[in-house]
Amino acid sequence: MMAHAYTSGLRVSSRTVVARTRRLPLSGQVLVNVGDQVRPDTVVAETYLPGPVHNVNVANALAIAPDEVPGCMLRQRGEPVAKGELIAESKGIFGLFKSSVRSPESGTIEMVSDVTGQVLIREPSTPVRINAYLDGTVTETLPGEGVVVETAGACIQGIFGVGGETHAPICQIVQSPEDEVTGEMIDDRLRGMIVCCGSMITLDALRKLIEVGASGVVVGGMRYHDIGDLLGYQIGVAVTGGEDIGLTMIVTEGFGRLPMAERTFELLRSLQDREASLSGATQIRAGVIRPEIIIKSDGGEATSDRASTAGRGLEAGSLVRLIREPWFGELATVASLPEQPVRLPTGAFARVLEARRTNGTLVTVPRANVEIVET
Amino acid sequence: MSLPTETNVILATDCGSTTTKAILIERRDGAYRLVVRGEAPTTVEAPFEDVTRGVLNAVREVEEQSGREILDGERIVSPAEGGRGVDIYVSTSSAGGGLQMMVAGVVKSMTAESAERAALGAGAIVMETLASNDGRLPHERIERIRQLRPDMILLSGGVDGGTKSHVVEMAELIAAADPRPRLGSGYDLPVIYAGNADAREDIARILADRTELSRVDNLRPVLEAENLGPAREQIHTLFMEHVMAQAPGYGDLMAWTHVPIMPTPGAVGRMVRVVAERNGIDVLGVDIGGATTDVFSVFGGVFNRTVSANLGMSYSISNVLTEAGLEAIARWLPFEITDADLKDRMGNKMIRPTSIPQTMEELIIEQAVAREALRLAFEQHRNFAVELKGVQQLRTISDTFDQQTGGRTLVDLMNLDLIIGSGGVLSHAPGRAQAALMMVDAFQPEGITNLAVDSIFMMPHLGVLSTVHETAALEVFDRDCLVHLGPCVAPVGTGAPGSPCATVRARSDDGEWTHEAAVGELAAIPAGEAEEIVLEVAPSRGFDAGAGRGVRVDRNVRNGPLGVIIDTRGRPLQRPKDAAVRVETLQREYRALDLYPEPG
Repeated sequence: MMAHAYTSGLRVSSRTVVARTRRLPLSGQVLVNVGDQVRPDTVVAETYLPGPVHNVNVANALAIAPDEVPGCMLRQRGEPVAKGELIAESKGIFGLFKSSVRSPESGTIEMVSDVTGQVLIREPSTPVRINAYLDGTVTETLPGEGVVVETAGACIQGIFGVGGETHAPICQIVQSPEDEVTGEMIDDRLRGMIVCCGSMITLDALRKLIEVGASGVVVGGMRYHDIGDLLGYQIGVAVTGGEDIGLTMIVTEGFGRLPMAERTFELLRSLQDREASLSGATQIRAGVIRPEIIIKSDGGEATSDRASTAGRGLEAGSLVRLIREPWFGELATVASLPEQPVRLPTGAFARVLEARRTNGTLVTVPRANVEIVET
Repeated sequence: MSLPTETNVILATDCGSTTTKAILIERRDGAYRLVVRGEAPTTVEAPFEDVTRGVLNAVREVEEQSGREILDGERIVSPAEGGRGVDIYVSTSSAGGGLQMMVAGVVKSMTAESAERAALGAGAIVMETLASNDGRLPHERIERIRQLRPDMILLSGGVDGGTKSHVVEMAELIAAADPRPRLGSGYDLPVIYAGNADAREDIARILADRTELSRVDNLRPVLEAENLGPAREQIHTLFMEHVMAQAPGYGDLMAWTHVPIMPTPGAVGRMVRVVAERNGIDVLGVDIGGATTDVFSVFGGVFNRTVSANLGMSYSISNVLTEAGLEAIARWLPFEITDADLKDRMGNKMIRPTSIPQTMEELIIEQAVAREALRLAFEQHRNFAVELKGVQQLRTISDTFDQQTGGRTLVDLMNLDLIIGSGGVLSHAPGRAQAALMMVDAFQPEGITNLAVDSIFMMPHLGVLSTVHETAALEVFDRDCLVHLGPCVAPVGTGAPGSPCATVRARSDDGEWTHEAAVGELAAIPAGEAEEIVLEVAPSRGFDAGAGRGVRVDRNVRNGPLGVIIDTRGRPLQRPKDAAVRVETLQREYRALDLYPEPG
């Protein structure tokens, strides 16, 4: 009766439409219009982040009660003050023996409290700008918040990433998805490049990539503990994107030595030297975010991002990736989807599917242990 | 959706961070019974990003297995008519990353601690606790508030009628930081004020313009009393209105259910309380999920609950590794494995959280991780949230001072009557003995303790159902939910390995046996089919089974498929440090319980 099942998967598409919402962290100003052509580094919106706050306990400094503070202020709420400027002064005795308070920083008087006797001074705002990230077209503006940028091209999702957004040309440095990248393969010509690898990259090679100033790295697998060594701490939950290690990393298959999926590898090969937008941000929680590589196409038709992914199910003939031992990392084709739960070697009962591996053998795999390879 | 007058068919779902579980309950021959259960991966991930997909998939499984038509397209048919539809649909949820809160108080060990307990009791993950005496400078506190993007803030401080300047100062710092909510930028951050009632106007003046401010009764109205209920209820209300409403698909799901969606931990806690109250016993409950582990206890009638954020079996599995360490996980493995391999497997489970073990080796690794997650969560429960309680708590002044040094734990393993395990890794363990030993190894019960698991992870469903139909919830709980595994007998004391530890005698309608337990033993002795057995445990001199050293204990206990587990390995449990000795010891112990039988 049940001819299909739903299983999440990662997108690997040579031609699609990708839309990304670029949103300010705080309300601000949108700088582009619908229809504008933008480059990854085009600033599309900006806002001003409130500056750091300094507090001065005026009541204590003047040895007065908190409710007397407002009456002693020489500068009022909302007024600008310079560093060292007098902001409050006690009345003194017959105008003598006055105490005074000076501002510790330049900024604006934010608050004068008659309950605690504190005065808050906020430093000037700092600008925050967001760029377009993609090479594409503005399709929507979100007043005060940001824009939607759309592009047609290739889109590859990884399974896990580290580091923020960047854009740079693609440079594949291995011949086969099986190949491992080691330190001696890294040199200065990779500066400012997104380096695409095969099954594995060593910690030494990663360090050298950072040293030569590579912009990013895309690889099938890597050792989980190497990430900890690079960051200086272990990642406990998969919520990343804010790390600053000098480059953006994307792992396409998982942890360990895992050949990059042939399709991903060939797609990257076909895009050699083309400029790509890369984001390492990963969030494997609600509102999931996967790391991604997006490359604008040079023309032709594309399917919509939304239409091609929504509602896709697992069915006979689906191309899947096996995501658990004993065939972890392999690709297979779904042969059938038996109805009844089956006893696994662990003794547990689970709903399964029969899958044909690339070597032709038929294996039984829990449905939970496959991922649709999005096309 | 309005409730029907007669209830014969009930559908309940629990949307966990990893799996969505649906159960179907029907009234047959005058009693409510579980009919079937279905599950599907929770669909918060792309390409669906809509929790209702997972719910519909799980319900379709229920339809397939029961033959009952429940869905009309993507709509739940209600009320039931003949063999079609359901009368009540209820749901719980822990997907959406949980509820992340920041709490603030004046004195770290008093109002700030009370605020923390209120937030934890409501099911929150506490990201940060700020207090006037937390040793930080005001600008450091402001920076910290700005860095965090909590779902909401709970602000407390001061007893009613007391000084208000400190709590007002805390509000000023929050205002200065101008914090933004974690999800979305289109609304103001909810802030709950539950401090000195006299400061309400000042707080409103400072925060009302910048935040979604609500005010509830002071959670510490006088120094020696806590009143956590109103703050917890307000947290729950805001959680539904703000956090859940932001999670993908929840708007639709909330419209389908007959009663508000309940946070999963809240529903499980409700059932734990019911068991303790009905039987007049001390109970420890644990729910180990993909992202978090919740521990519940009722000792001496006092309900406690803690949430161990980032201790879980999928999303948080790498964090268990980070917190426990590789060595701690490896000490439960009856084979050798390289550190790099073990780390990679943890990492891969973290990034593919819905995958399940297919090989015995993978199962053993996951159960080793579960032992450590449970142990760490229990440690937190015992040491940190010891005084957390249900509605209102009275302390003496001396207790208040006690609290400053860390508080008095209510957890007493020797008097503990029952441990209930819940959550995928325990409820779905392929072998019941595996679930029992995970709990024994993690909690290390002392004396005589009954062990049980939530058979197919139904406690959340029944907890939320009990809010609308208690009879149905309790009938299903008794008949279909709780599976008694058998008692654990663990006399506490020290002795040379192999020396006499206790004489254990079991009597039941099926007969009786006597076992001379030696120090260092782990065994499970079957006790027939009887539901209840009478245990007589006569410990050797120097060992305590619950009534004092060398004193015999007689106790009626629930029998289970394992019979009586005898654990004389000692407390605290020590594992061999040498890898080869460890492998040999564990293989022997696991064989004794036939823990991981060869396939076929």
